[in-house]
Amino acid sequence: MSKTQKPPVGRRGFLKGAAGGAAALVTSVATTSTPVAAQEAQAARNATAPVATQEKDPGGNVEVLTGDRPGSDFMVDVIKALGFEYIFANPGSSFRGLHESVINYGGNNKPEFLTCCHEESSVAMGHGYAKIEGKPVCVLAHGTVGLQHASMAVYNAYVDRAPVFMIIGNTLDAATRRPGVEWAHSVQDAGVLVRDFTKFDDCPLSLDHFAESAVRAYKIATTPPTMPVLLVADGDLQETPMKPGEKPHVPKMTWAAPPQGDAGAVMETAHMLVNADNPVIIADRCARTAAGLKLLIELADTLQCAVINQYGRMNFPSRHPLNQTERGGAVIRNADVILGLEVWDFWGTVNNFRDQLHRTSRPITKDSAKMIAISATDLNTRSNYQDFQRMPDLDLSMAADSEATLPALIEACKKLVTGDRKRVFEERGKKLGEAAKEAHEKMLADASYAWDASPISTARLAMELYGQIKNKDWSLVSNNPWPQRLWNFDKHYQYIGGAGGAGVGYGSPAAVGAAVANKKYGRLSVNIQNDGDLMYAPGVLWTQAHHKIPLLTVMHNNRAYHQEVMHLQRMANRHQRDITTAEVGTTLKNPNIDYGALARSMGVHGEGPITDPKELGPAIARAMEVVAKGEPALVDVVTQPR
Amino acid sequence: MTRIILGMVLLGMTLGAAVLCAQAPAPAGSAANGRKLFENDGCYQCHGREAQGGLGTGPRLGPRPIAFVAVQKYIRQPTGQMPPYTAKVVNDKDLADIYAFLQSVTTPPPVKNIPLLNN
Repeated sequence: MSKTQKPPVGRRGFLKGAAGGAAALVTSVATTSTPVAAQEAQAARNATAPVATQEKDPGGNVEVLTGDRPGSDFMVDVIKALGFEYIFANPGSSFRGLHESVINYGGNNKPEFLTCCHEESSVAMGHGYAKIEGKPVCVLAHGTVGLQHASMAVYNAYVDRAPVFMIIGNTLDAATRRPGVEWAHSVQDAGVLVRDFTKFDDCPLSLDHFAESAVRAYKIATTPPTMPVLLVADGDLQETPMKPGEKPHVPKMTWAAPPQGDAGAVMETAHMLVNADNPVIIADRCARTAAGLKLLIELADTLQCAVINQYGRMNFPSRHPLNQTERGGAVIRNADVILGLEVWDFWGTVNNFRDQLHRTSRPITKDSAKMIAISATDLNTRSNYQDFQRMPDLDLSMAADSEATLPALIEACKKLVTGDRKRVFEERGKKLGEAAKEAHEKMLADASYAWDASPISTARLAMELYGQIKNKDWSLVSNNPWPQRLWNFDKHYQYIGGAGGAGVGYGSPAAVGAAVANKKYGRLSVNIQNDGDLMYAPGVLWTQAHHKIPLLTVMHNNRAYHQEVMHLQRMANRHQRDITTAEVGTTLKNPNIDYGALARSMGVHGEGPITDPKELGPAIARAMEVVAKGEPALVDVVTQPR
Repeated sequence: MTRIILGMVLLGMTLGAAVLCAQAPAPAGSAANGRKLFENDGCYQCHGREAQGGLGTGPRLGPRPIAFVAVQKYIRQPTGQMPPYTAKVVNDKDLADIYAFLQSVTTPPPVKNIPLLNN
């Protein structure tokens, strides 16, 4: 870090003098010399013999070119106080001061700067990290264009109720902007771009303000419903040296207790559940933490009732006898009480919707079925982006965090369970256990079809992978249907859910972020990676290699944006036109992409493309050897569509 | 009571028709051409290239497909999510070939003989 004995000079003041470049500076010096300044200049010349050429002689006012302790150093103090382990960022000049402070003042340690190749990847990495670690990471991004790049990933995190702490740069004061690009990258209101899908944003004008807003933002982001937040670090504020002795205050970070359901509503819910013949619990983004998983098990065991996991989080063990996810439709049709825990689309869960020329829907529940929802989303609903889904016909609704409400609900249920009800529950649980066993056997039989096919079946891919990881401490850092049906999930970190907003390009960076979080626990992170998603920002491969992030990626390479293939087919059939053209504009063929070679080009061990299912196991084994050494590896598998 | 009797009659007629449909022989078709059509006409997208079914997209169609007339009736006028395949886009001859392909799909080995499915 540069040191100077000169008193700090504001960047604003310095730039006023410097405006116009070196020529103007010389003119300024020549016309503003004073006796005092002349003495200083003479002293300076005496101290630095031989004297430089005349035009470089600063003359009177000695221009201050260095500054001690810029504001960005204090910003790093704040960032460290909040306990961030990492900063995920693509570099950008609007936060150059903060970037340099993180490295040189902060020592590039807690937080450590991880280089990303796209801002969307930075945020998605933060999204994946949060779902493993249960707290946000810091993401830095360039103002304007960087935030524009990042915005889709911010939206995904918003819909998925995941906390991400973003700081972007901006130069608000037009008088101090560098001509040209800095103007194009500066805005009046930086946060407006993502204000519809962040929970809080602010543009602090002082370091005290920065500290307060940073702590406030962190608290807001981590209080359910957890969501992304944004701070704007003004360029002047970053680069202007602090006054001697200036010590801005960093407020104490106090975690807010998550909102719990109203006591009366909790008691009424308990009555309905305990007295029901066929109660069903549907969990989507319920288990925010490992405690949530245990609590849901306790509630289900207390009631011996069916649980359907909608996989927004790792809510419930996949092989628990009460897990009825595979026969969810039948269970919902037969239910007399349905409790939804952070269910994103309750209406869609209890209604059948047909995507035909005339869109129609009908309820699948009994007319008499009672429906209860506990959801923190009700506490923070926005207007413009309509991710809140259609209104379900609820009988009871709690605007509260499900995980925080579960202890009271469990206690209330236990108090109401009589001996008679307990016997009924046990009988019900036995039947559900038998049904779950049958459903599991059916799933295994389903998986056996096309077992030896090429392209390789996705069930085969899932089981070849599981066969090699099942005895390790694994974490699936992607969202794929076959593992959820066939693998034995019983730990919270073994699954991270999906993108939230279904914005493509989330999968691969989220997997990397989750792998970063898993690294310190020594877990084996595995990612079943969609090909179309990876092509949005393949630079994440380089980030994995550069930072030695152990992650096993197995490509689900169906050579298409397959969802869109199906949509196009539906349109052609509906219009009774050429039904053989659905792959035009929706596939990734001709040429086929060699993901193994792509990985190798960025320093990641690459295998494949694998088309023969018999070669898949050995390729995964080779890749796992690399990952065991702490490095990433990728296996390209050419697969069936789904 | 009248309603119950009427219901039973209707049920009997439906079941009888279903039995007749099931017994009606499928028209002869080319399994090889049927496989090509299964791909080109987009059947594979939801049902898998081997008709094994896709999770959340479409059920398994083979081996041992349901009766030809039932397949024909459903694809012309599907009651679920499947897009309609009218005779204008898949004629009966092509459908017979697709059906022949579904009949040709081989049965996989039993689950107990696949070690990876016994984890």
